[in-house]
Amino acid sequence: MKNHLIVAAKFTLITTLLFGLVYPLAVTGLSQLLFPKQANGSLIEKNGQILGSRLIGQPFTSDKYFHSRPSAAGTGYDPTASSGSNLGPTNQQLVDRVKQDVAKLQQENPGVAIPADLVTASGSGLDPDVSPAAAEFQIPRIARARGVGVESLRPLVARHMQQRQWGILGEARVNVLELNLDLDASFPVKQ
Amino acid sequence: MTGNGWFQILLFFGVILLITKPMGVYLYRVFEGKSTWLDPVLRPIERLIYRVCGIEEKKEMKWTEYGVAMLVFSAASLLLLYLIERVQVWLPWNPQNLANVAPDLAWNTAVSFTTNTNWQAYTPESTMSYLTQMAGLAYHNFASAAMGIALAVAVIRGVARKESSTIGNFWVDATRAFLWALLPFSLVGALFLVSQGVVQNLHPYTNAALLESQVVETKNADGSVKKDTITTQVIAQGPAASQEVIKVFGTNGGGFFNANSAHPFENPTPLSNFFQMLLIFAIPSGLTYTLGRMTGSPRHGWAVWSAMAFLFLAGVVVAYSSEARGNPLLAGVNTRASAAQPGGNMEGKEVRFGIANSALFTTVTTDASCGAVNTMHDSLTPIGGMVPLINIMLGEVIFGGVGAGLYGALVFVILSVFIAGLMVGRTPEYLGKKIESFDVKMAVLAILITSVTILVFSAVGVVTKFGVAGISNPGAHGLSQILYAYTSSVGNNGSAFAGLNANTLWFNASLAVAMLLGRFFMVIPILAIAGSLAAKKQVPQSLGTFPVTGPLFTVLLISVVLIVGALTFFPALSLGPILEHLLMNAGKAF
Repeated sequence: MKNHLIVAAKFTLITTLLFGLVYPLAVTGLSQLLFPKQANGSLIEKNGQILGSRLIGQPFTSDKYFHSRPSAAGTGYDPTASSGSNLGPTNQQLVDRVKQDVAKLQQENPGVAIPADLVTASGSGLDPDVSPAAAEFQIPRIARARGVGVESLRPLVARHMQQRQWGILGEARVNVLELNLDLDASFPVKQ
Repeated sequence: MTGNGWFQILLFFGVILLITKPMGVYLYRVFEGKSTWLDPVLRPIERLIYRVCGIEEKKEMKWTEYGVAMLVFSAASLLLLYLIERVQVWLPWNPQNLANVAPDLAWNTAVSFTTNTNWQAYTPESTMSYLTQMAGLAYHNFASAAMGIALAVAVIRGVARKESSTIGNFWVDATRAFLWALLPFSLVGALFLVSQGVVQNLHPYTNAALLESQVVETKNADGSVKKDTITTQVIAQGPAASQEVIKVFGTNGGGFFNANSAHPFENPTPLSNFFQMLLIFAIPSGLTYTLGRMTGSPRHGWAVWSAMAFLFLAGVVVAYSSEARGNPLLAGVNTRASAAQPGGNMEGKEVRFGIANSALFTTVTTDASCGAVNTMHDSLTPIGGMVPLINIMLGEVIFGGVGAGLYGALVFVILSVFIAGLMVGRTPEYLGKKIESFDVKMAVLAILITSVTILVFSAVGVVTKFGVAGISNPGAHGLSQILYAYTSSVGNNGSAFAGLNANTLWFNASLAVAMLLGRFFMVIPILAIAGSLAAKKQVPQSLGTFPVTGPLFTVLLISVVLIVGALTFFPALSLGPILEHLLMNAGKAF
């Protein structure tokens, strides 16, 4: 027993050294060498300023941008507090929130069914994507706000559409931040 | 549901089938001390560890000594983790200056990671320093997994050996699990995850300029509304990939970030998602083959595997159908899946994974005692959420945790041959060993301890003020939240109906006790079985022996698992998820 206690203490220390320090630091070094862009957060930079990460969604509320999904991370898209809403399926708060969002969306695009992902909060609260249907749904509003034709926005959305990985895995999606950056570049808002 | 969704599920199943034998053979070679191509690199490190710690490689242990070694290692490593959490503010690699962790939370977390549960009552990105994550939490992902593998191998030896008083050397098994079973895959896997976009750095958090600044309203304590304009987004960083890979490969499940595998920095692409699910099942599935190989009956290994595979597929089908159907209470929403949208119940799910991959991940992570989530289980439909709950309640024997799944399954195997023996009226045998009263008692004890702990703690939770105070979703769902918390802790799963406010003294303390009971009070009876079986004589097979190799055995094993689970938990389930399902369909919200 006493012998095992001494072995356990030594074993804990040496394995902590190897697996708690050497291993993660080795992975950090190799990652920084091989995949520096990804290892540092797939950041989008312009003129030395960091505009965000292509993997982390941002909140959008004005009519002239494509909106991300509802977010439960902090006050919305806060990467220091990633979280889903954790509202259960029979929680009145969930039903009311969706009802409110649906009513608002129906006004801006009457008669079109609202894609499920556009009125539901993601698991991380940081979902960078919306479904192609959710992007398509928002085109008329943005066209009105920017004073451009609906037809000129469609190719832009199509350009940012990511198909299933290898044509099989996951779901088709549109990266909202990248789409909006491109939107500003292609159709600047007149001040 | 879409054809593509089903195809992805079948593809995953196919790949698991393909890797089972190679993985099983590799683990067999590692733990039978045979040579592997990694020996030139790993053997010197192994020898160094033995020399430093004073471990005698050739010395064998009785099951009691094996158990003692396992317990003292757990205690020592648990204390070190607790210490690191409590003093992290004075240690390096804490660029955000995160404070020392409060005692009850630090204790809960130390127990949680030592027991391979990885229940998390905290938000990592605002609680744990980089050093705590690396040397404390990620380390325990390795340690608890290595311990699980060691135990499983010792139990298999108990079945395989004849008239032996020993079942191996804990320190040697743990060392070889660390170095051969876990390290190489983790190193390569971590780099692959980084290539997909998982972060791996030691930088402070990044400040990004929001494209559109936001006005945020928050309520002050006096009820007045405060308006703030937010112009920057603080992006949490850290050494995530090195922890991410062992989180899934060691079926631990503790996320580097709060949102776990739903977080784009933990699980950025559908491919990283597929890879993580494979890693979760890789060792547990492989170990069934190791069981067959070490006991000289590969067909027995496959028979056990088939029972697990059947229960796994049943779970996926139910979860996927239920989630694809969506939530009927949400009016005006288009939930039909198409090429342009995933549809279904998207609350708590990510667009890149959609419904199929979320339902699949949910099933995989709770079949195995992983507990990583890529979708928020609290927001699953009632039946979709019942699948993970049942998976854990059945004892996580559907592939199960690394090691824990296999030794858990062996308990049910013993029960199955015992019941078969009762039916034909002769002493049951398992691979040439007579199963006697002591073995059956220990098997029943292992099952009873976990079931009783879940039900008693949940019962206390739902009738006391401090328990009910944690509920965030009213109605039948509230019962499910508490039931899920104790089920997950006892099962050492770690996933949650995460709306439950569990960072309170009551939950931190009671869940820690539940985790300890679920891990160690299950392991000790199982080690006793291993010791008892190892000492037995081999009896020759006869015509009356119930074969443990064919489909008949597989069906019996599935039945025993399901009947034990149903008899124990059906009443609780009927008041939780089943009732909620009926109420939801009747249009009731709370």
